[in-house]
Parts: sequence; C-alpha cells; structure tokens
Amino acid sequence: MNDSELVRILSSIVLQSTPLAIAVCGETITERAGVVNLSLDGTMLLSAMVGFVAGLLSKSVWVGFLAAAGVGALFAFIIAFGSIRLRKDQFAVGFVLTLLGDELSAFLGQNYTRIPGQKVSHLGIPLLKDIPILGPMFFDHDLVVYFTFILVGVTWWWMFRTQHGLRLRSAGERPEAGFVRGINVNRLRYIYTLVGGSLVGIAGAAYSLDIKLGWSEGHTRGLGWIALAIVIFGGWSPIRGAFGALLFGASKALAAALQRRFPEESVVVFNATPWVLMIAVLLLVGSDATDRLIALVPRRFQSRLRQLLRVRPPGALGTLFIPGEAGGE
Amino acid sequence: MSLGRIARYLWPAVPVLIALVITGLLLVVFGVSPQAGFGAMLRGAFGDQSRVLSVTAFWVPLALASVGLVVSFTAGLWNIGVEGQIVIGAIAASWLALKFNFSGPLQIIFELLAAMIAGAIWAGVTAFLKTRGKVHEIFGGLALNNLAIIFTNYLISGPWQPPEGGTFRGTVPFPTKALLPLYGDSRLSPISVVMVIAAVVIVFLLLRGSYWGLKLKALGKNPSSAFLLGVSSERETILALMFCGALAGLGGAVRVTSWFDSLRQSISGGIGYLALLVVMLSAFRVLLIPFIAYFFSAVLNGSITLQLRTQLHSSLGGILTGVLVLMVLLFGELRQLKRFSEGRVSSRPDE
Repeated sequence: MNDSELVRILSSIVLQSTPLAIAVCGETITERAGVVNLSLDGTMLLSAMVGFVAGLLSKSVWVGFLAAAGVGALFAFIIAFGSIRLRKDQFAVGFVLTLLGDELSAFLGQNYTRIPGQKVSHLGIPLLKDIPILGPMFFDHDLVVYFTFILVGVTWWWMFRTQHGLRLRSAGERPEAGFVRGINVNRLRYIYTLVGGSLVGIAGAAYSLDIKLGWSEGHTRGLGWIALAIVIFGGWSPIRGAFGALLFGASKALAAALQRRFPEESVVVFNATPWVLMIAVLLLVGSDATDRLIALVPRRFQSRLRQLLRVRPPGALGTLFIPGEAGGE
Repeated sequence: MSLGRIARYLWPAVPVLIALVITGLLLVVFGVSPQAGFGAMLRGAFGDQSRVLSVTAFWVPLALASVGLVVSFTAGLWNIGVEGQIVIGAIAASWLALKFNFSGPLQIIFELLAAMIAGAIWAGVTAFLKTRGKVHEIFGGLALNNLAIIFTNYLISGPWQPPEGGTFRGTVPFPTKALLPLYGDSRLSPISVVMVIAAVVIVFLLLRGSYWGLKLKALGKNPSSAFLLGVSSERETILALMFCGALAGLGGAVRVTSWFDSLRQSISGGIGYLALLVVMLSAFRVLLIPFIAYFFSAVLNGSITLQLRTQLHSSLGGILTGVLVLMVLLFGELRQLKRFSEGRVSSRPDE
C-alpha cells in the first residue's frame, strides 16, 4: 500500500462518515434538551426514501434535502408532542415510529427502487484541497461534507459558548433550575427536538443523494441505531460524537479491507463489526470495569483518562418536565 | 347517556378507524380501491380453512414472544432483544435436529428445551450487559439481534450448508421425527397452540398471585424503592429477561419445527419487533395478548395476499398495525387524556 492509496482510503472514511456525523449531531442536540428521539432508524429510512424521490421528481438535490428535513421534523414533532403535551412514554412512541418509518419507506418507495437519481455534485475547495494529505482528506469532497464540518463546529459553539446553549443544556440537565430562571423549558424542548429531527432527516437524504446513492428497501437500516449509540459514546458532545462517527467509518473501512483480503472467512467478521463495536464502546464508557482499569494507571493521568473514557448523560434525559410539580412554584 | 359516556365506549374504535383511513388512502394513492384492497386482505387471512390455519400457525410464536415480553415489561425492561432470542432459539432447535438422534418423542422435547435454554441465555447476556456493564438493554438487545441473524447466515452458508451446495436459503429439511406433528397438510401444530395457552396461564398466575410477580411489579414501578424493600434489582432484571428469552426461544423452535422444516435465512423476520407492538397495544394485560396477536397475524398474512393480488408491497399491513399502535399510545386511555386537559391550566403558571 503506497501513500496515495492510504490518503484515498482516509478521504473515503471522512466522506462515508458524514451522514452518521450529521445524525449524531442532531440527536445530540435533542438529547441535550432532555428528549430521547428513539426513532432515528425509521426516520433515516423514510427521509432517505423521501429525499431521493423528491430529488428525482424536482431534479434538484436541495428540494430532496428539504423534503427529508421535513420528514425528520415531522417524526420529531410526534415524539415531542407525545411526550411533552400528551405525557406519553417517549421510548414507546419512538420505537413505534422506528418500525412505522421502515414500513412506510418500503411501501411508499416501492416504485423507486434501484433507479438512478440526483447526486450532490463534487466540489473541491481551491487551494485548500492542494494541501498534502489533509487537502484530499477534508477539502476535496462536496457541499454535504463541508456542511457537516460547519454543523459540528457551530453546534459545539452554540451549545457550550452561548447563552442559548446554556439554556438548551439546562433544559436537559436540570429543567427546574432553568425554569426558576425564567426559561420556558418545554418550548425549548420542542424547538431543539425539531431541529435535531430535521438534521436526522438531512442525514438520511445524505445517504440516498450522496454517500450511498439511490433507494432500495432497507437502504440505511441499522445505521440509526448506530447513530444513537455513538451519541452515548460521544458523551453528548457534537465534536466527540463526530469523532465517534469517524471512528466507526474507519473500523468499517478496515473490516472491508479485511474482507477483500480474505473474502471467504471474513464476511461474518465484516457484518458483525458494527454490532460488536456497539457493545464494546458502550461497555467502555459505561461499565465500572473501566473505572477499575483507570485506577491501575499512574495517578496523574487518571483524571484525564477518566475524562476521555467516561461519559455522563444529561441529568433529566428522557424525563418529563411539568413546571407546577417540579419545584417551579 | 351522557356524551362523555358515549365517547368512552366508542373511544377504542377511533384508533382502528384512523389506521384504516390512512391505509385506505395509501391504497387509493397507489391505484387500488380500498374495498378491493381490504377485501383481498380479509380473504387472505380468513378466506378458507387453510388460510385460517396459516394465520394461526404464524400467531403461535408471535403470541409466545408477546407473553414473555409482558414479564420483562412488568419489570420495567425494554427487551428489544426478543427478536434475537427467537432467532437463537431456532438455531438451538436446529442444532439438535441436525446433529443429534434421540429416540422417539425425546427428540422434539429436547429441541424445544434447548431452544428455551438458548433464548434464556441470549437474554441473559443482555441482562448481564445491563446490570454489570451499564449497557442499556435496548442497545445490548439490538446488537445481539443482529449478531444472532449474522450467525444464522453464517451457519446456513457455512457449516450447515446443504451438501448439494449454494442456495444460501436454508439447511436441509429435518427428519420427520425432529418436527412437531402438524395438523393435516397445514403448517400448524396443535401442540404449539397448547404451548401458547399454557404460557398465558402461567404468566397470568405469576403476575397476579406470586411473590416473584410482586417483586417484578415493584421493580418496574419504582426501582429505587424496590431496592429499599429488599428486591434485588440485578437478580430480578436477569430473571425477568431470561424468562422472556425462554418463551421467545420456544417461539423460534416452533418456527423451525412447524412453520418451516429447516433453519432459514430470515427465520424470525421481525416477529420479535411485532411482539413489542402487540404488548404495547395490550397495555401489559396478558389475557389480551392472544387476541391482539391473532389480529396482527391476520393483518400480516392478509397483506401478503394483497401483494400477490395487486403487486402492492406487503408492508401495508405493517403500516396499518403501526399507525394503530401509535394512535393508541398517543391518544389512548380517555381518562388520561382528560387529566391532561385539566393539568394544562397548572402547567402554565406564568400566565
């Protein structure tokens, strides 16, 4: 393997990871506000299908992305409305939407499978793309990839460096404290659930219009669940989440390379990789065994290592906030 | 009769109507008249005796898995891994059917037992990941579902591949004595219906009258106070999931020994996920499970006939059940809806 081949692989890992990074970013926003949108797998399937068909019919990828974002926002609205307004179990509603999105995508998209459609066009950034190694890796792609870079950065900045972000995090961390300071917690939860859901929709269309072109039944099946796990692995931070998506893309590329090398034996390994990885990383960030391992390293590295490996969910994640009852008055 | 009372009696019909209207609209959009579409579905489910038997045969594993899920849901656990527990049960039963030879009825009895043990162990892994590894059972279960399916495909295309080779569809058919005795030339085994009835009765009594049932309820309602009462959340979590896994595994065995006669690629094909919907619709009342599961089985079998007749994708049945469950989840229980509209006043203290 020579240098240019390695660069080509790295570049494709960055490209392949972008839709997942968008979905992780969206769900991170939603969960930071305290709502769990469990429907990611179904949302992505349906939005990938709708995005592809809308793009095909309008001959514009942007209409496709817009339609997909609408699908994502609609599913997110059902979850927000169900949990905030109707006070129903958001996990149950999210799970039903997962299956419903899958079935709807199979039914509505049945006449559009395996046909050519629109594709986001390639757009290298002049000058930047000529930087050795980093250029082809990050700046010789298309607008979806650059959008992802900006999205991750802006989300991080919004979340951790602005007043709005402070309010967003208070809604998910300690809603009663935010409420006392005059924040309309449930309105914020509506807004951020819708924003997060739209991004998940865009991620679905990023597959069908760019990274994994076209539509077929079950086109992105499984990836929504992967994204949900990466949100946890990413410690509910958009940058760490994007890093997790990259890591996932890299391990998949590695498994694919292995499969080319040993085609007979390794198809099992290739297919099993994402799911073994899912369990492994969740064990790493969650289990007590990690704490015991950290205790073995020299003391001065311990706190940094703990910060690196351990995560803590937002305090009020997945719970209802009813102002009158939650110490608001 | 007051308007409220009428509304209360008619209320359960509303989600069904909404689901029918939405699927009817989809039929119209795709150029099939609703009468023809729903007619094909109805005939596909109940048109003649063989279809009724087919619906019943499909119903058995669905009902078994759903009954098991009532136990794990009672303990407050989201056993999404039920799909994989069905698959692993099917694999275990197939293993005995293909590789062992016991005399007479022992063969099938051991197959069923092996399937239950395998399902329980597979669920136990999810439980252990949760209690010891802090991996939420949704993620642990989901990963194990996919691993079970990948394992099936590996077995079919590798070690258990039929000697004539490469169809990748399934193993060789099991010998007759390794299969459940079937009714006529249907795919239904009367014994498997007895299993469902037994499972319903056992779980009903367990949750209604046993100390263990009480502990599970305590755990499901409020884990921290259950802990104070001396309920070991770890033990009860593991046992509840393993109980569900055993019933799901039994369902998997029924799939390979009566619905099919061999281990196939999509041996469960989503029965576990369907079972989760059944249980949500039942609001965890085990006596309702057989009826709801039967309705689901009829819709699914009907939508396969719909696909044969009209070329429309059979996912329409899944859309019908999905919309139905969504509507019941969101707007079900009139009383709760009412309490909410009273609560709305106090939820805006700033106005």
